[in-house]
Amino acid sequence: MHPAFSVIFLTTLIGAGQGLFLALYTAQSYAAFGLLPAQDGAAFHGPGSLMVLLLMGAGLAASFFHLGRPERAWRAAAQWRTSWLSREVIVLPAFMGSVFLYGLLHWLGWNPALARLSPDFAVSPQMLVGSAAMLLAFALFVCTGMIYACLRFIQEWHTPLTVINFILLGTASGFVLAAAFSSTAAPDLDHFFTGWALALTLAAAVFRVAALMRNRRLTPRSTLQTAIGVKHPRIAQKSQGFLGGSFNTREFFHGQGAGVLRGVKWLFLALVFVLPAILLATALAEPAAGPLWATFLLQYAGLLAERWFFFAQANHPQNLYYQAVA
Amino acid sequence: MTQLALVIDLNVCVGCHACVTSCKQWNTSGWAGPMADFNPYGADPTGTFFNRVQTFEVGEFPHTQTVHFPKSCLHCEDPPCVPVCPTGASYKRKEDGIVLVDYDKCIGCKYCSWACPYGVRELDEAQKVMKKCTLCVDRIYDQTIPEDRRKPACVIACPTSARLFGDVHDPDSEVSVAIREAGGYALMPEWGTRPANHYLPRRRTAIRIHPDELVRADNPLTKEDVALPSADNTLEDAIM
Repeated sequence: MHPAFSVIFLTTLIGAGQGLFLALYTAQSYAAFGLLPAQDGAAFHGPGSLMVLLLMGAGLAASFFHLGRPERAWRAAAQWRTSWLSREVIVLPAFMGSVFLYGLLHWLGWNPALARLSPDFAVSPQMLVGSAAMLLAFALFVCTGMIYACLRFIQEWHTPLTVINFILLGTASGFVLAAAFSSTAAPDLDHFFTGWALALTLAAAVFRVAALMRNRRLTPRSTLQTAIGVKHPRIAQKSQGFLGGSFNTREFFHGQGAGVLRGVKWLFLALVFVLPAILLATALAEPAAGPLWATFLLQYAGLLAERWFFFAQANHPQNLYYQAVA
Repeated sequence: MTQLALVIDLNVCVGCHACVTSCKQWNTSGWAGPMADFNPYGADPTGTFFNRVQTFEVGEFPHTQTVHFPKSCLHCEDPPCVPVCPTGASYKRKEDGIVLVDYDKCIGCKYCSWACPYGVRELDEAQKVMKKCTLCVDRIYDQTIPEDRRKPACVIACPTSARLFGDVHDPDSEVSVAIREAGGYALMPEWGTRPANHYLPRRRTAIRIHPDELVRADNPLTKEDVALPSADNTLEDAIM
């Protein structure tokens, strides 16, 4: 497939945004049980939610560049019964709305106890809105992943690993961002976030490498024989029907050599997993704001390469019909 | 239930591209048009086509066959491009099974083209919406066209009658008979899309001729004890 930068930025930016929100919510949940010191909402959760919204907004803006007719984008909410893309279009603004509410509640510090489950644990509006947003964050990860995983004949994508990787890569980058953010805004949390970020980065590495290994062993189910229905071991295309390019030759080919693909693979493995893991482990021993921000930027750059590779590696069966110009 | 479809005979197709140009002509000036062309006379021309003819060489020289392969939307009975559409612009008509795109609803997200294993959907670069073969839906029901001409433009244009058009759900239709008698098959059956369009395979078309079909062995005159005229006994002699 041709990697479109609109979709690369969309999926990486909203992934980081969802991950950052999950980090904020995790810290709040720990604090609700008294496992972490509670934070000043106006200084930490409020600005953090704003950062989530900025990331989601930037991703949403990038997605519009993917559309031929962006002014009709509102129509995309119609087919939620059958289309994962439609579901994503609904869940994304719902998530942003609940994060906005979550941030606002923290900003205003409005958190009365609505009910008490135990003398120590109060059900608060922040908790309820946060839980809803947490569920929506995961729903959004599933929608985004399923957009690709549900296409059964793009075999590189048609695996649960696709959804798992969207969740793990997004949360990993979000927790790295939370670690960087807390090192400036809430220093007593950055050790907690750094530990989570390291664990998630390592988990993401395991599943991303598993996906790479799975895809290396794939045999294409469609062949030139099934594509044109001629049962002969030797078939060679002599003409694709036109001398210039077409949508078919632009949209489904990445146009790079195997060497570039391999290079990008090693680049993203280093930038997303190896270097951040080393930097996060160092930060665990000696937390500092600068290196944590650098880790986030490094890993985000790596995620752009990872997403480029994700698209480039996917081999669409229609390419069987476009093997030779003339 | 009706399922209109094309049946394309690869045994007959000569790869002349008449179906390609007639398709473009009809559809660029009709409901599905315009089908944009960019740089048509330049170095890198590109444009929207609903139908392409490709050429494949099967076998190893000198034992090769050239297969010309017309390729357009197969109007799948279980079209994977339809459920993925977020707007409902892509749909399959219940009454005749034609898969169409509503150009007023399409947002040009290209997701349906990703979901089609055959690569038969093309984004129109001028209108920025997805386009594809309509089976000439604006022609086959047109009451102002003589009834025998209410067929897709490509079918009318084909000089070798390699393209048949009809209802593949009617067992007695021309297309169903052709599929049944000539071993019609669907493309990429492994994905379960159940394409409505079928292809008829290459097959041996040699005529078997016996010598007694060239020389008349049972000449009735030899059986009727009639003295054939000889060189010195002509018909004129008999008359005289």
